[in-house]
Amino acid sequence: MSMGVGSAFSTEKISEDKMSISVGPQHPGAGHFRFTVTIDGDTIVDCVPDPGYVHRGAEKQTEYRSFLQSIPMLERSSLTDVTNIIMPFSMAAEELMGIQIPPRAQYLRMIMSENQRILSHLYWLGIQGIFLGHSTVFMWPLGDRELFIDLGQMIGGARITYSYAIPGGVRNDMPDDFKDRALKVFDYFEARLKDYEKIFFNNPLVLKRTQDVGVLPRAEAIKLGVVGQTLRASGVKSDTRIDEPYNFYKDLNFEVPTYESCDTWARCMVHLVEMRQSMDIMRQCLEKLPQGPVRVKLSPQQRAQAGEAYARVEASRGALSFHIISEGSTKPYRVKISVPSFRNLIALPRLLIGSHVADMPAIYWSLDYWPVEADR
Amino acid sequence: MAAVTNFEQFVKRVLEIVFWVLILVPMVIIPIFFVVYVLPVEFSCHFSMLSCSQQINWSAALYLFSPAELNPFSPTSFISQMGLGANSMIFKSSFFPGISFAAILSSFVIWYERKLLAKMQYRVGPQYAGRVEGWLQSFADLFKLMFKEIVIPVNADAPFFMGVPFALMALSGALLAVIPISANIYITSSPYSLLIALAVLSIFPLVTVLAGWASANKFSFIGGIRALYQMISYEIPFILSVVGIVILSGGTFSLSQIVGAQGRVWFVIPMILGAIVFYITAMAELERIPFDLPEADSEIVAGWLTEYTSMTFGVINLATYIKLYGLSALFTILFLGGWNGPAPIPGALWFMIKTIIVITLFLIPRGAFGRIRIDQLIGFGWLWLIGLSFANIFIAVVLKATGIL
Repeated sequence: MSMGVGSAFSTEKISEDKMSISVGPQHPGAGHFRFTVTIDGDTIVDCVPDPGYVHRGAEKQTEYRSFLQSIPMLERSSLTDVTNIIMPFSMAAEELMGIQIPPRAQYLRMIMSENQRILSHLYWLGIQGIFLGHSTVFMWPLGDRELFIDLGQMIGGARITYSYAIPGGVRNDMPDDFKDRALKVFDYFEARLKDYEKIFFNNPLVLKRTQDVGVLPRAEAIKLGVVGQTLRASGVKSDTRIDEPYNFYKDLNFEVPTYESCDTWARCMVHLVEMRQSMDIMRQCLEKLPQGPVRVKLSPQQRAQAGEAYARVEASRGALSFHIISEGSTKPYRVKISVPSFRNLIALPRLLIGSHVADMPAIYWSLDYWPVEADR
Repeated sequence: MAAVTNFEQFVKRVLEIVFWVLILVPMVIIPIFFVVYVLPVEFSCHFSMLSCSQQINWSAALYLFSPAELNPFSPTSFISQMGLGANSMIFKSSFFPGISFAAILSSFVIWYERKLLAKMQYRVGPQYAGRVEGWLQSFADLFKLMFKEIVIPVNADAPFFMGVPFALMALSGALLAVIPISANIYITSSPYSLLIALAVLSIFPLVTVLAGWASANKFSFIGGIRALYQMISYEIPFILSVVGIVILSGGTFSLSQIVGAQGRVWFVIPMILGAIVFYITAMAELERIPFDLPEADSEIVAGWLTEYTSMTFGVINLATYIKLYGLSALFTILFLGGWNGPAPIPGALWFMIKTIIVITLFLIPRGAFGRIRIDQLIGFGWLWLIGLSFANIFIAVVLKATGIL
């Protein structure tokens, strides 16, 4: 096994009975991402990931913009997970600006964040379905996603990129009829999740394809430093919402799903349980939602104090953190983004080597790798 | 075209027109003239429809446009006199129940599959082509494919690469040749028609391997090798599953006689294990989900179909669906009593109804299952399917020996 950008293009001679396949950047199983696998018969013997095809320099671009102007740009890094990627940025910026956002804004951020988690997991489920050859599981989640896109649209006004959790609170308050609509959608979706269990999670062929496939043992998962569903499926109880509660997550009541089988099926099940859990969290938030303002009035060119701030949230794919250094101007001096996709990428060669060629898409997507987010 | 202003341009233009007339006359106008006016007269002379003294009878062409003369079912019509009637081999193999009938049926099966899958997946499916529920979608796709460029990869073995669509179409036609639709409607009747059908079906994977090899593409190659592995796992249970039928129908390999032997009870009732094995292995033969490993679209791009474009792809797709029809018809004949059914509905119609039900059974798993892995398929084939087919043969022998059937 060899890692590193240079080795992906190596001209190293491969022996006669082995074949090297380039998967991506336009392969249906890879998206904007390329990895080279060497196969010996039906077994993968080497895998070299080569990320960076959609690198846009998001970290550098924030240095030329005010805190507010960075928001729409950062959002584009992770289109299924827009609220979760800008929330830690806003939280760190607020810390630097020395402001405390109102409780109602924090609750609205939580609602939007959990809505985003369901959107991201449904998208993940659809692609995992088609990667296992299951076209119905491609169509159903992507159809049901519309309901949650509509919920997000009721609050944020846009369908995908709301720019909602801006420094100083949230952009606008939610409409009065949101609660009724959301509860209706949750009731419907609870029933739909049972259908998903029948057709996908308990489907005998899917079980055959995912159980004992791509096993990442607990000790190895900790050693590799993976985050999110990949870590939880390996039996580690780790969730930023509980370990380092932000917003009002400590007031809520929810469990971290963990599985001991450490395989692709466990990673699928964590996604399923988290979708249920997110609806539960949104129900609790809608009950406890306090009255009051949703935003602290800030100048568009708000000046931050000199210093450093660090904020971490549990994004849809795992822990996502921003480290901002400010020199007291209207723009950050340096921004470092740590994204879950990139941290889970290290597990890909570990899981692929020794597995079948046919399992490659299922293992790859079970890590919930989002190339645009990883490349930033 | 630029306006003519001087004599030089005028001469150029005249020469240009002469050139195009010289090109067009032999290549377009003369063939049309020949086909429309000369050929009917020639034929009519040979078949004594008109007296040969009227060597150039311009009105003879009208025979081609008269519906009565074009009726292949009337023995006195012009077309029957020319040896193209309903009983002629050329009509049976190319129109009904041969390749044209199967191709039109298949194009509607493609539309039917898309609508059925759409209903399973809470979608609407094809909606616009043909106004009503998109029933002309397959033909719209056909015309789209016809206007695409045929690309042959640089490293491909061109003759074999281009030969594969023709080979698949020919094999599908060969499969249809031995399948009777009713007691009277068939292309050929052979005492070994079941064996011929099995033999033709076992050549398909070899063509697939050829396609994978000739494409000079790694994904195509993997797809071809997978097709070979798949054949190893399903071919033996596939053939064993029909042995019970042959035993029960008195040792005959003739499909007509097998249908005749099902007068009392359809073989699906005593041979339920054989029917299940045949259904599963036929699905593997057809490369349909959950056994679409050779063209697994998320794993190896499109498998052995990766490099095929335009109508080469269209023809391969059509051949696959004709094979689907052929295998469904075979299932109907072997297990569902073929054209046997209550009297008022004619036998051929019974046959088509049953075949379409079987086609539906072949289509449904695509909406309910994912894809199986190759090692699991081989394990499944050798561990379960072969065992089940031997159990099926044992049941057949017991039933025959005790004289129950």
